[in-house]
Amino acid sequence: MRPVYIVGAGMTRFGRSEWPLVDLAATASLAALHHANLGKIPVDAVVVANMGAGRVNRQTAIASALVDRLSLWPAAAESVENGPASGASAVKVGYQAIASGMADVVLVTGVEMMRAVDGLEATDFVASLSHPEVEYIYGVTLPSLAGLFARLFMERHGVERRHLALVAIKNHDNAMKNPYAHIHQPVTMEGILTSPEAVVNNPPIAEPLHMFDCCPVSDGAAAVVLATQEVAAKIGAPRVLVAGIGQATDTHAVHERQDPTDLKAVRLASAAAFERAGLKPSDIDVAELHDAFTILEIAESEAAGFFKPGQAHKAIERGETQLTGKLPINPSGGLKAKGHPVGATGVAQIVELAWQLRGEAGGRQVAKAKAAYACNFGGFGNNVVATVLRKEER
Amino acid sequence: MGSVTDLEGLLRPPAMEMPPYPPKAITLASGEEMIVRQASREEMPTLLRAIYPLLLVERDYYDIVAARLYSELLAYKRYRVKDEYVLVGLIDGVLAGLVNGRLVDANVGMSYHTLTIRRGLRVGSHLFAAKMEYHIEHIGQEEVLIVAESPIGFRRWMIEYPLEKKYEVQHELGGVPSWVLTRKTYFDAKPRLVSGRRPVAADRLAGASAIRLPGEDAVRLQVTGEKGGRA
Repeated sequence: MRPVYIVGAGMTRFGRSEWPLVDLAATASLAALHHANLGKIPVDAVVVANMGAGRVNRQTAIASALVDRLSLWPAAAESVENGPASGASAVKVGYQAIASGMADVVLVTGVEMMRAVDGLEATDFVASLSHPEVEYIYGVTLPSLAGLFARLFMERHGVERRHLALVAIKNHDNAMKNPYAHIHQPVTMEGILTSPEAVVNNPPIAEPLHMFDCCPVSDGAAAVVLATQEVAAKIGAPRVLVAGIGQATDTHAVHERQDPTDLKAVRLASAAAFERAGLKPSDIDVAELHDAFTILEIAESEAAGFFKPGQAHKAIERGETQLTGKLPINPSGGLKAKGHPVGATGVAQIVELAWQLRGEAGGRQVAKAKAAYACNFGGFGNNVVATVLRKEER
Repeated sequence: MGSVTDLEGLLRPPAMEMPPYPPKAITLASGEEMIVRQASREEMPTLLRAIYPLLLVERDYYDIVAARLYSELLAYKRYRVKDEYVLVGLIDGVLAGLVNGRLVDANVGMSYHTLTIRRGLRVGSHLFAAKMEYHIEHIGQEEVLIVAESPIGFRRWMIEYPLEKKYEVQHELGGVPSWVLTRKTYFDAKPRLVSGRRPVAADRLAGASAIRLPGEDAVRLQVTGEKGGRA
């Protein structure tokens, strides 16, 4: 297989957008193409990640629309729908196209406009990824699944609500340094947990998860340009290598898992990604995890191999996952505060890590970052894509 | 024909006795402290200036809420509404939101509007709760008539408390018939929705004695939250 490099990355600010869906995707794509500075080198293929435009925005075949909007004909175009893991899946499809020799340059764009509908409908649209016969029809939503997961995980590992709050506080603080983040609002332990007013400020969503344990509903788009080693060399791009991608699945219904707190798909996908990259979790300098709920950052960091089971919350207490810690997690603010436009999220994680490895992350730059890891968590852990990136010295 | 003064007496509604709303301090999620206090009639011009830029913001029905609130505050300022009151939330003296309502009679209150400027911190929830607290605990009324003009308001009041339908009563704001918050509903909801500390320290209260307004751009950005779409 041919090595694949990220030669450009860009995104829109996450939040609320009045723009049409394809314009939003085009904006991120143009930012990534501008960043890549391809000159006359053509884009061979466009892969678009999106989960719900057919339902929420009444628009399908977005990749074809994006190619047209960007005048990239006759580039190949396809859309990828893989739930909240659509973004990383699309990166994988682009990666495969280049690694196999089918393409030399691929634009991968993730886009979602969830705020076109109200919060209840957005929650219902995301819930449609759950098992239709044994979960969805009983009113299961992603927050409710996460609440059930959190209660069991916390009981087993001694995690307390203050640990969840520490994740939220950290990610909100990081988002303050990210101009692309949805939420620019720091939160404090007093404000969301320990003061008498916290009961109003931070109401329960699905116990033990409260409002500030949950990501916002966001609009947004993110894009990366993938290219061969030859193209990367020709345009003089910093060498950010897609060192390894792993993907794994698990049972659709969460209750069918032998141990619901074991994020097996994260474990297997991460192991595969690390093996392909020839790296270990301890080699990673910065990570973007899929913290749609604060508990997931803790659980994923253990399943990925960064901490032993039951140890992640202790590492958080010690500040190890902060920007200046041993392993900064979610310097972008994560889904929790950067936002979670579902189809765009996996691409946005890669954008953030590419910027980190290129030293272009501004006030949230992790010092001397050379290897990075992303976990894009689809379904409720039933389809996970893990990606390892590595900076190559020239 | 009477004099101009006599005519004003006919145009100006007679006022009922209303106890003042005792100020309170609330710690927000950000750790900032919001002082909730009653606004005087003399402060209405300041509040009108705060609302004015929102008259054309369609998002989340801010335009209709701002337009109606503007007329209600103006009517209060110029003595053309009976027994109205206004409460404000101030963070470091800067207006974060406001609520208003009035008394229908000694036992029944009527909620008018809740307008949040600083969004994302449940300022509106705190202020609406303060309004209900005023009617039920301080004025001692039996119930408050309420309607919502936006889906956000409907979720916050009708679902979250939850309120009861009182469709046989038409709310003064027109539109849908009334919903009602009773004393029982209020006290049932109080542990999870009503908060704040009293008394407020004198220095904190002094810091909230004058209402400062955020800049117009800051208001629009905070209210619309519109950031997406730009790379």
